[in-house]
Amino acid sequence: MPYDCIVCVKQVPDTTNITGDAMKEDGTVNRAALPAIFNPEDLNALEAALEVKYRYGGTVTAISMGPPKAAEILRDCLYRGADRVILLTDRRAAASDTLATSYILSQAIRTIGQYDIVLCGRQAIDGDTAQVGPQLAEKLGLPQITYMERFWGIDGGWLRGRRNTGRGWEDVEAKLPVLVTVLGHANIPRPPSARRMMRFKHARAEAELRAEIAQEHPGISDSALEEELGRRKQKLAELGLLIDQWDLDKIGADLGRCGLAGSPTKVFRVQSIVLTKKGYTEIPPTPEGIRQLIHELVVDRTLG
Amino acid sequence: MGNFFLDNEDIQFLFNFLDLAEIAQLQETDTPNGDADYVPWDIQDAIDNYRRVLEIVGQIAADIIAPNAAKIDEEGNRLREDGTVELHPLVQENLRRVSQADLMGFTLPRKYGGLNCPNLVYTMATEIVSRADASFMNLFGLQGIAETIYAFAGEEIKDQVLPRFARGEVTGAMVLTEPEAGSDLQAVRLRAYQDEEGNWFLNGVKRFITNGCGEILLVLARSEPDITDGRGLSLFLTERSDRVRVRHLEHKLGIHGSPTCELVFEDAPAKLIGERQRGLITYVMALMNGARVSVAAQSLGIAEAAYRLARTYAHTRQQFGGPIEKLPPVAEMIVDMRVAIEAARALVYYTSRICDLENNNQRLLEWKKDLSAEERQHRKQLARSLKRLNGMLTPMSKYYASEMCCRVADMAIQVLGGSGYMKDYAAERYFRDARITTIYEGTSQLQIVAAVRAVVSGSFESFVAEWEGRKYDDPDLNQWQARLAQAKQEVLEAIQFTKKQPAGYLDLSGQRLVDAAIIVICGHLLLAQAACNERKRLVLQRFLRTQLPVSRTCCLQVLSGDTSPVDYYEQLAGPVPSAL
Repeated sequence: MPYDCIVCVKQVPDTTNITGDAMKEDGTVNRAALPAIFNPEDLNALEAALEVKYRYGGTVTAISMGPPKAAEILRDCLYRGADRVILLTDRRAAASDTLATSYILSQAIRTIGQYDIVLCGRQAIDGDTAQVGPQLAEKLGLPQITYMERFWGIDGGWLRGRRNTGRGWEDVEAKLPVLVTVLGHANIPRPPSARRMMRFKHARAEAELRAEIAQEHPGISDSALEEELGRRKQKLAELGLLIDQWDLDKIGADLGRCGLAGSPTKVFRVQSIVLTKKGYTEIPPTPEGIRQLIHELVVDRTLG
Repeated sequence: MGNFFLDNEDIQFLFNFLDLAEIAQLQETDTPNGDADYVPWDIQDAIDNYRRVLEIVGQIAADIIAPNAAKIDEEGNRLREDGTVELHPLVQENLRRVSQADLMGFTLPRKYGGLNCPNLVYTMATEIVSRADASFMNLFGLQGIAETIYAFAGEEIKDQVLPRFARGEVTGAMVLTEPEAGSDLQAVRLRAYQDEEGNWFLNGVKRFITNGCGEILLVLARSEPDITDGRGLSLFLTERSDRVRVRHLEHKLGIHGSPTCELVFEDAPAKLIGERQRGLITYVMALMNGARVSVAAQSLGIAEAAYRLARTYAHTRQQFGGPIEKLPPVAEMIVDMRVAIEAARALVYYTSRICDLENNNQRLLEWKKDLSAEERQHRKQLARSLKRLNGMLTPMSKYYASEMCCRVADMAIQVLGGSGYMKDYAAERYFRDARITTIYEGTSQLQIVAAVRAVVSGSFESFVAEWEGRKYDDPDLNQWQARLAQAKQEVLEAIQFTKKQPAGYLDLSGQRLVDAAIIVICGHLLLAQAACNERKRLVLQRFLRTQLPVSRTCCLQVLSGDTSPVDYYEQLAGPVPSAL
């Protein structure tokens, strides 16, 4: 029996290779200094959805909320096998915290309508909150399987998987429709397919086309721009290469629950941590030296 | 998240330098390659596709294939009792990943689901994969089998088999060697016979078959029992079945991930590829030429891996109060490894490019019925000259890159010293993997036989004459060009001398002539690169300062006229030992 999956994906600054200018003076992330990448665990969520698709049939829809540039990772979703992608972009959604984000995503998913499984990565590497998935399940009224590291299968309308709780494992099942958040070691994401890449690298969302035209024709009049935009959109639509672009109106969102207005999270304090080297300890390569090292690591709670 | 394409500045430099537009034009538009939703929009789009495909290859090589290599090398594949082979689980994983990425129909036309990439791009991909795991190249790099089926088989066979290759469902093997027919393939005995309805069957034994456990086997067999030489051989396609048994899996020095099989055919049903009697002389020769370029690319990949390990080690290993790369003899080894790789890469990639021009020109002649008489004449002439040029460059590439690879892998161990000799580092694996490259797909000695015929019959001279005509607006480069002209003159003198000697002297002096000729050819290729890249000027300078004297020495050796290995073999070789 086929199942329809929706995967929530996010473009994030690459925090794995932090350099000196990764943080701005005010303690916020300097996005310009870090390359934008596909949030790693969202790739695992996409892979889990593709596993469902290739095992049982059905479709995979990927949705990303973010600036127009986020269409880059949506194209990546298409290369890897997603059937449909949606760019959810709206200036009014800027500065949304996890509460507002999960609200907006829930509205978008309601707008999509048909689904059996919603998948999210466990957490994004920029905020590391792991809150959006669970909040989204609450808002959609879905059962949730968080921290999933094994997908066992779907049988009789029930999805079974293994959660890693950090202290052990739980094999659980939940009735569809269900939301799962996926761990980084749940699977190895498949590589992009070369043929799909050759086709879908041309896919664009309207906001990207608009920016492209403005760049190619500096000083173009509004009407000429709209005309050219219409032409390009039509051409891409005919080829099945126009990425759906939705705003808050399209998903019927209550603006009071979006963006800054809908975000109760207040940053209390930002600590700017500067890592400096303060000398070093030499560990002798003897059993005694190793014992001493382990002891110190346990004492300062690095281990255990 | 590594990437063996994006971290390799030389491959990327050559990608831009080698004018892919001309090849893409032929490959994508001038010859019909099937419609699909992934057809490039224009030439620039096609080139962008090639680059992105290499990025995918680079990513899989770095993130999946390379981390699996050591374990596969240690554990190898397994022969089951029923005569089938179980590939190592990580080899299967590698295959699954490259298939998911659509990389197993790399050069096949789109109508079969292939990527329709030029040979040059495939050569780059083969190098990148080989750097990650040389043994996996023998699965990834055997796509020449599908190419051969595409070039010579009937439409029915093509439609039946090629889409399965492109989907990565099947891999192939070229089944040529027999216990008594190694380098001398004319001696092949495996019998092909027909029943009353004209169906073909195969009977006999094949040995040393790379990936002989693959699903699609191209088998060279004797279809004409009364003709004892190569003209009695035809090429057959047979699929894996219980009539084809793997009797033995070889235990090898290196490339442990690649299963080398002894195969027994027991009335295995087969289909004839192309025409009878053209098996060896036409089809296998074409197949081998492609495979030789693949092995040359594999050699580049192994050498690149060895060089990178040595370069990193020399930078971090402290001795005498500093990193060992500060010691001039170590610095020289590292630099010579790198320069040797770049010289060989220049030759191999250039050769691939010529292969593309030759293949596409040939297809154009076959498919375009509306060519004007003048155009057709011109293309025919071009086909002849490209074929002649490839007849020289392909064996040269295979010979030069594989010998370079063994030397570089050897030097890597030397740089690592005692550590390099231990299993703790990959240097010893590279060394073992490298060793096959000068042997399979024709030994170095056979490559020399093929290349030297071309060198003495004018191909070398006309190739160099064309390159000497290039104008460089730079006194330094002009000076090097003049030095190369002088080196060419010395080679021509050595050739003249050889021609005046009794027959047989050519075989004896072949290696020296080919070595000298390759140095001149690579010199010209590097000269052109130096004209548009500052660092390459230093590469050119180092290459010519060290190699022009080698070229001269080769020529002097030829001029010595020494034939003592043949004349005084018994005295010089000593008696055959009574015990080993």
